[in-house]
Amino acid sequence: MKKLLFLLIVTLIISSCVPAEVQPVKETASSGIREYRLDNGLKVLVIEDHKAPLATFQIWYRVGSRNEPIGKSGISHLLEHMMFKGTPKYGSKEFSRMVKRKGGSDNAHTTKDYTMYHQTLASDRIDISIELEADRMQNLILDPKEVIAERNVVMEERRMRYDDDPQSSLYEEVMAAAFKSHPYQWPVIGWMPDILSIERENLYNHYKAYYSPDNAVIVVSGDVNAEDIFRKVKTAFGDIPAASGRMMVTSKEGEQKGERRVTLKREAELPYIIMVYHTSGFPHPDSYALEVLGTILAGGKSSRLYKSIVYEKKLAIGASADYSGFNSDPYLFFFDATVAPGKDIKDVESALYAEIEKIKKEPPSEMEVQKAKNQVEASFVMGQDSIYYQAQVAGMFEMLGGWRLKNEYMENLKKVKPEDLTRVANKYLTEDNRTVGILVPIKK
Amino acid sequence: MKSEKLKTLRYKLILFLLTLFTVHCSLSANAYALDINKKILPNGLTVLHSEKHNLPIVMVTMIVKAGILDEPREKAGLAYLTADLLDEGTKTRKSAEISEEIEFIGAGLGASAGGDYTTITLSVLKKDAEKGFELFSDIILNPVFPQEELERKRERIKGSLKQREEDPTFVAGRLFKKEVFGDHPYARLMEGSEETLSGITRENLMEFHSKYFIPNNAILSVVGDLAPAELDSLIKKYLYPWKKSDMPQRKIHPVSDEKTKRVVKIDKEVTQATVIIGHLGISRDNPDYYAVSVTNYILGGGGFASRLMQKVRDELGLAYGVSSYFSASKEKGSFEAEVQTKNESANTAIEEILKQMERIRNEAVSDEELSGAKDYLTGSFPRRLDTGRKITDFLATIEFYNLGLDYAEKYPAYINAVTKDDVLRVAKKYLDPENFILVIVADQKKAGLKY
Repeated sequence: MKKLLFLLIVTLIISSCVPAEVQPVKETASSGIREYRLDNGLKVLVIEDHKAPLATFQIWYRVGSRNEPIGKSGISHLLEHMMFKGTPKYGSKEFSRMVKRKGGSDNAHTTKDYTMYHQTLASDRIDISIELEADRMQNLILDPKEVIAERNVVMEERRMRYDDDPQSSLYEEVMAAAFKSHPYQWPVIGWMPDILSIERENLYNHYKAYYSPDNAVIVVSGDVNAEDIFRKVKTAFGDIPAASGRMMVTSKEGEQKGERRVTLKREAELPYIIMVYHTSGFPHPDSYALEVLGTILAGGKSSRLYKSIVYEKKLAIGASADYSGFNSDPYLFFFDATVAPGKDIKDVESALYAEIEKIKKEPPSEMEVQKAKNQVEASFVMGQDSIYYQAQVAGMFEMLGGWRLKNEYMENLKKVKPEDLTRVANKYLTEDNRTVGILVPIKK
Repeated sequence: MKSEKLKTLRYKLILFLLTLFTVHCSLSANAYALDINKKILPNGLTVLHSEKHNLPIVMVTMIVKAGILDEPREKAGLAYLTADLLDEGTKTRKSAEISEEIEFIGAGLGASAGGDYTTITLSVLKKDAEKGFELFSDIILNPVFPQEELERKRERIKGSLKQREEDPTFVAGRLFKKEVFGDHPYARLMEGSEETLSGITRENLMEFHSKYFIPNNAILSVVGDLAPAELDSLIKKYLYPWKKSDMPQRKIHPVSDEKTKRVVKIDKEVTQATVIIGHLGISRDNPDYYAVSVTNYILGGGGFASRLMQKVRDELGLAYGVSSYFSASKEKGSFEAEVQTKNESANTAIEEILKQMERIRNEAVSDEELSGAKDYLTGSFPRRLDTGRKITDFLATIEFYNLGLDYAEKYPAYINAVTKDDVLRVAKKYLDPENFILVIVADQKKAGLKY
């Protein structure tokens, strides 16, 4: 996950910042990204990259599990599945079939904050994406029979990803304990009884509220002409009206005042620990130091956790840390470790605390900080080789307030100093601010 | 130095390197070429190089012809451990020094063993290419396999094998391999087992390394922002000192073709049954490989376009994932169809998979299915090669399997030549809905298996 986020940043350095976003139809060009906006609020970002005759089309909707009502967790994700089940014009899975016939790939994913649909295909076939995404933004059938079938599919997905996986189950427990008032407490896939309770009508209302041009961003990258894309998007999406009636998510997680602990007893082979701390998210000024902190702690075999807990003390077979700062609302700094056979989970937990205390007391060396920055920057450059990632980076920052933030992000990351790490560690990685989850293996 | 310049890989309809100065203007308007420079060094190392200057990065892959096929059964895990310990200490660097140096330049260096060969990869920024090559060559030429690192790694692999037993898919896959391949090396996990790992000594590693990690038994592939002269100077400095030696003989391992139906049931407290159905398949050099690719795409390889997905997921809502797969390797691989479904519907899902295997053997596929499969397989080729990393790995692999440097150019013709009769013929020949291995990890009481 961490690597992915780093990759997401990769393209950011390149494009320079040209401000001013103008309505209704005015472009702003930069060296990397061109931006347009339709009257109905739809934003379009185009990144031209002509190295191969391919293009990626992504459409991002600002809706995720964060936007779900109590009792209907998982509705955003189920709706994502239903988006493949057809409109009056194009039947169930027809979109996917058309893309595949052109040698392309397509998929979608739902997160806590957004839902994103994407296709990668020969650039001269990009019209398919434009036409069919416009179609399913307005004309989804949501056949009740298909809803039931797809609900079953999602329940199977849940069993596979969570119910039969002890470590993922612990993750769900920890999230539910760490957040008490914010919807981040429930999993994107939803709780099983909630999934089962979602009816066609619920999906329809969710669809009507959130799937509209003013709540979406299109990102196209690859061997395309920006003007041409914009013209086609305008033709296909221009007449779709903006929607109203979306509820603003106003939930705030209050300050945590004391450690929370959860235990999960499950058939498993090895004990496992997850620890999370509430943190500020990007673009908070602390987010840059937190990102570097995550890399110093867990970026590769020369990182602190690996060297100390896995390599020297041999307490765990794997240990990681991850600052997750790219969310709409403040989220978490994660630690986790799988205990080595015959070792005590208490020693693993203490060893994690020891590493945290160390960075609180003493700033890392300039070299160590420089190494972390080099790691971020190199994966940044390498990620640019993929048009999919280029688009994803732009879309991701757009979700967080605007793609131009990516420049700011990289610039600020470079400014992080050793003492900043000590400061943010002392501020966030405190006992009262943490939630600890322990997986206790039991034998059947 | 023997050197031959091969201008190959003319991707019809495909353009990788518009920005590149080596574009072949002699080709028709929509056809472009990727230059591959192939050389055999005096020490026998095969070098493939393709320039790609869209970004200041360099991607390197080395294949060493040593894998699970080359280790004794009682030392299972030897190839894996050898690869895994390459970067844990060399004649001049300690484990921690290697990771520190490589991570300081933000590069990626890794090694892993597979069934047929071991892969060592380097991803590095151009400005640090020299440092990257230095470390890359050091771990390949000079590893010392410190006893202490061996112990450490061994314990960690044992731990990880244990932890993965928590995953029903891992358990089912492990048992399936074992049943299908019997005494053949492909039957084993790359990591070996707790018992065989315990028997591997430092001497075994040194011996395995000196026998197989020789230049005349390896392929180097480099793609990225390096001119030929730049690469030459790196190779001269870092890979010329690699000493040629006698080529190890690779023996062919017999595999039993005996046809029987066997069912393996594992009882686990799970909500979902994990099922694998399958049997022996084909090797990569089987001429039917392309017809098999098309057939499997239609049956269960084509995602939402496949029959298994349409039936089991879309119509019946029985599973999130259902697919089929032919693993075509140096020696005969396997065919497997896999599904995860709630315990109670395991029988229905299995029945449906077998029905689809039967159907594709007895009824010709439709025109639409055939053309859909061909369109996808040929049309998706550019995506398989859309980054430097993918091209690097691709070049090394086609060289290893002797597919010819013009493979990407020829591939569409191989696929387009497949007819409906071919599909029927290979389905009959390579799919067997009567004699198969069935592995099911499930709450067996709830699954109430009929098979």
